[in-house]
Amino acid sequence: MTEPVIEAANVSKSFGSGPGWVQALKNVNLTLNGGELTVLMGPSGSGKTTLLSILGCMLAPSGGTVRVCGTSTSGARPEELAKIRRQHIGFVFQAYHLFSTLTAAENVLLALDVRGERGPKAMAKTEEILASVGLTSKMASFPRQLSGGEQQRVAIARAIVAEPSAILADEPTAALDAVNGQATMTILSTIAKERGRAVLVVTHDPRLFGFADRIVHIEDGSVTREQFTDLKSI
Amino acid sequence: MSLVFTLALRNLFQDRLRFIASLMGIVFSVVLVLVQMGLYFGFSGMITTMIDHTSTDLWIVSTGAKYFEDLSLLNTRMRDRLLAIEGVSEVVPGVVGFSAWSLPDGAMTSVVVVGSDVADHGVSPWNVVEGTAQSLATPGTVVIDRTYFDRLGVSGGVGATAQIRALPVTVGAVTDGIRSFTTTPYVFTDLRGARAYIGLPGGFTSHFLVRLKPGADIERTRQNILSNISGIQALTPDQFREQSRSFWLFSTGAGAALVAGALLGVIVGTVIVAQTLYSSTKDHLYEFATLRAMGASNSYIYQVIICQALVNAIIGFVIAALIGAAIVHFTAKSALQVVITPNLIIELFFVTIFMCIVSAITAIFRVVRVDPAIVLTR
Repeated sequence: MTEPVIEAANVSKSFGSGPGWVQALKNVNLTLNGGELTVLMGPSGSGKTTLLSILGCMLAPSGGTVRVCGTSTSGARPEELAKIRRQHIGFVFQAYHLFSTLTAAENVLLALDVRGERGPKAMAKTEEILASVGLTSKMASFPRQLSGGEQQRVAIARAIVAEPSAILADEPTAALDAVNGQATMTILSTIAKERGRAVLVVTHDPRLFGFADRIVHIEDGSVTREQFTDLKSI
Repeated sequence: MSLVFTLALRNLFQDRLRFIASLMGIVFSVVLVLVQMGLYFGFSGMITTMIDHTSTDLWIVSTGAKYFEDLSLLNTRMRDRLLAIEGVSEVVPGVVGFSAWSLPDGAMTSVVVVGSDVADHGVSPWNVVEGTAQSLATPGTVVIDRTYFDRLGVSGGVGATAQIRALPVTVGAVTDGIRSFTTTPYVFTDLRGARAYIGLPGGFTSHFLVRLKPGADIERTRQNILSNISGIQALTPDQFREQSRSFWLFSTGAGAALVAGALLGVIVGTVIVAQTLYSSTKDHLYEFATLRAMGASNSYIYQVIICQALVNAIIGFVIAALIGAAIVHFTAKSALQVVITPNLIIELFFVTIFMCIVSAITAIFRVVRVDPAIVLTR
């Protein structure tokens, strides 16, 4: 059996203290496997974003452990967590978060640049990835010159260009119309299937279930249900 | 090439108004430092100009004399005692002192009379642009600098006449660029004339220039002079220069004021650049958070900010240096000369770089505190 790409065991997270104390996550167990697209579903305030932040090594859990590609994040310093993100995780954000002063190609290239990959090889990789998301003709365009769907495809290209083991997408279709939303999910699904990556999509949108291999429901900080798309509940 | 430079440059140029404001801050700061330090060097040069242009091994002045123009009285009989000291080859007397120059309208202006006999090769005029220094061999002849023509009410240069302490003088030669730190014009003349213009009795002189025999040890001769003659200072040109500078620039506070002005320039520049970089960083906070979320190392993010600081520094410095060059050009013929040396330019370039990097620290602190998870909340 292959090792999970990301594995969260008994993860809990609380914020504040005294009367302002809030428990955002309670003993969450979740594994993300290569070749699988997992949809994380839950109402607002259920702890989806907190869980995504912890799985993405941007936030340290208050309790429990997270392992990314076999490496435990417990006690890791911010620079070590940054290294884990750099090596293993790609992010896709609801608001895209592209660099407004960089072209589409440069935005993608940046993901390689922070990893120290530069030169013609990095450029060739960037062109190939942008071609794979259908943006060959938009390489020199700045984000303001792109539609929302195109910007999200650039963001996906940026997330996958360095070939991370896991792609974590936070509401990637929330700002898109139905057609672009479907196109974005198709790309993410393809990344999971054809590139063997673990893809986690956080969403409210039940229309995306069709792309999921697994749907994880979270409420009040706890995973309440986990179902596979063949509807075999566990 | 890394995208660090591209990102830094485009972030800077995105808000052109802010970039221009930042550049103006740097230019203001660097020009202020340039002018202050240029004046400092200009003053330093003027303070020691007589010492710099006089060929001698030792200066003999009275104990209390702190600088060239400081009136000190030495008995001329000391000359023989100096000549008797081993290693001394030549002793040249010179007279320096303030006097009153009569203007055509009857008013008076102060001048510094510098007297020495041409044949003795004492303190003589240089940069002579009209007439010859040899004209000083003729009694009643003076040499003045053209910078002070207006101040002395002289028109026509050589041949012009005036009065010093009611004694008639004729301009025998004109120099270019011999300016005094006190802005009081120098008037070169012969030894006898100088005594008369200053009102100095015949048996006194202001200084002696001591020239040594070939191979004589300067320090040993200096010590011999000091142990044989009391009430005097025997100074090498370097020592006299240092003593003069130290008095004018630091004892009077003039130099301290210039250095303080330069420091103020550095502080103002640092604050302005720091504010600009901080606000630029704040505007691009989500981008920096995205970089952190992408796993960019701290050093990568620092490089972006420092690169912005360096671009500011280099462009600002180049503009300031051009303005500095213009100031040097326009003050070259004035009494208040700004002197910018190649070393000053190089040092100031590094000060500007340092200033901008220090300015980047506040922005770096801001970025270090950015939680990458904020990209998930917007």
